[in-house]
Amino acid sequence: MTVNLCGIELAHPVINGSGTFDVIAARRVFGAEVDEQFPFSAFVSKTITPQPRAGNPPPRLFETAAGLINSIGLPNRGLAGYLKDELPQLATLPVPLITNVMGSNADEVGQLFEALEGRGEIAAIELNVSCPNVKTGLDIGSDPGELSKLLAAVREKTTKPLIVKLTPNTANVALVAAAAEAAGADAVSLINTLRAFAADPARPGEAWLGGGTGGQSGPAIRAVALAQTVAVAAAVELPIVAMGGIASAANGRQFLDAGALVIAVGTESFRDPAAAGRIAAALS
Amino acid sequence: MSSDDHRVQAPFGAREVTVATAEQIGPYRVFGCSDELGPRPTAGQFYMLASSERWGAGSDERPYLPRAISVLAAGDADLSFMIEAVGPGTERLEQLVEGDGLRLLGPLGNGFSAPADGARAILCGGGIGIAPLAMMQQQLLSAGREVTALLGFRDGAHAVGARLIAGAQVATDDGSVGHQGLVTELLLAELDRDSNAVIYSCGPPQMLDAVRAIGVARGAATQLALEAPMACGFGACYGCVVKAADGSYRRSCVDGPVISADELAPDWLEVGGVK
Repeated sequence: MTVNLCGIELAHPVINGSGTFDVIAARRVFGAEVDEQFPFSAFVSKTITPQPRAGNPPPRLFETAAGLINSIGLPNRGLAGYLKDELPQLATLPVPLITNVMGSNADEVGQLFEALEGRGEIAAIELNVSCPNVKTGLDIGSDPGELSKLLAAVREKTTKPLIVKLTPNTANVALVAAAAEAAGADAVSLINTLRAFAADPARPGEAWLGGGTGGQSGPAIRAVALAQTVAVAAAVELPIVAMGGIASAANGRQFLDAGALVIAVGTESFRDPAAAGRIAAALS
Repeated sequence: MSSDDHRVQAPFGAREVTVATAEQIGPYRVFGCSDELGPRPTAGQFYMLASSERWGAGSDERPYLPRAISVLAAGDADLSFMIEAVGPGTERLEQLVEGDGLRLLGPLGNGFSAPADGARAILCGGGIGIAPLAMMQQQLLSAGREVTALLGFRDGAHAVGARLIAGAQVATDDGSVGHQGLVTELLLAELDRDSNAVIYSCGPPQMLDAVRAIGVARGAATQLALEAPMACGFGACYGCVVKAADGSYRRSCVDGPVISADELAPDWLEVGGVK
């Protein structure tokens, strides 16, 4: 059941959601079996930003019914650290590498695109647009106009396939997807986590998470993800990478039937790092 | 902080095992399971555990994530764990009886490292945190090392857990068993007698922080086994971070759970270790 995603040949339609699997840590924990039994047909890196980020103060997790709320805060070594320390290790993976990036404006995103452009180890770029515009406070990806402006400014800075990771925290995700398509995206991926608040059980009205609000993931959001996938599939011709609470082949099949070309497993990998491999095998 | 020399690697993926024994020791549940597919862990390592059946639909419609539980003892093809019910995950694990299925991932994290040649080991722990210390005692005794065990519990009912560690001195908050007061008072007395001892500690965060401060102040080699809520246990979620002395956040699951006291930030509890 091979898949062609923007010219990238994938052995099966199951990849990982950005930030839900750390190959470098997994090799320390599981050794060579990670590469020998690699569960994903492409690997999506965690989000890389121009400068290093420490991430949010703990607590960073809150378990909910059928899922969890996280407030991790995109910790990463920054662009230079990624290129120097991580990319050489990711380049030896047995599958294509998709690098996820985020910048707070067109200059930053352009800088990221240009730095990755000459790196043949990277098959495609996924752009995280769940980043607040410092002027408006709105996530760039929540507004079709903002996203169009950003993509217009950066699209020509990379020849790599460009996947735009949509945020579900918007009034009409189909309009945002259509804007991405019009501005030159090669694919869209959805959904990112849903904005969520974890109430501290011991301090009424206060946030549990160190970062304040967080993002909900897991089976709790699957029906929302499916609805957004259906809406986006009706609005664009682009290939769709769909995710949101996929925990079984039956779940994954629903997203494929809704119009997704590729599906991603995220939170379920936390419960079992080999889950995506099982899902892929059951789909084939 | 993390020496991969003290890490036994895990098979990739969760595996199904069967609960073989289950015993109540005061407020604690101790259960054993066969684990023929897994390697033998080292003391301080942990596993992610979930029941095979009915994981979910407890209070608050939880648990959802598996729970990180230190290994209490390990034979050639079996493991045992100690549980205290404090929430929906441990409440479900506590119900497991012989024959029940268990989903298990591990061993995970780094383990304790052996004390320097000739140095005595002091195990200083409390509550459910005695589990990795019990396994460390066995490892040290089989290596012919000298071990002193100091255990703290809130009351006599919990202090029955001390039977898992032979020859332990016990302190209880209410004085119903052993020394009335804090286990750290026993620790200070031991360090007064032997300032070269190496401290191994696991327990409630406030106790662990007190041991950290003592270890740093006395210049004693101190290895702390941290407990942090985590989603995955293998470095993927970045949820279990603690603040290190250099200001960075480190993942308890892969850079720990064992961390040297001087590598932990003095304000690690304030920045969210406990809320």
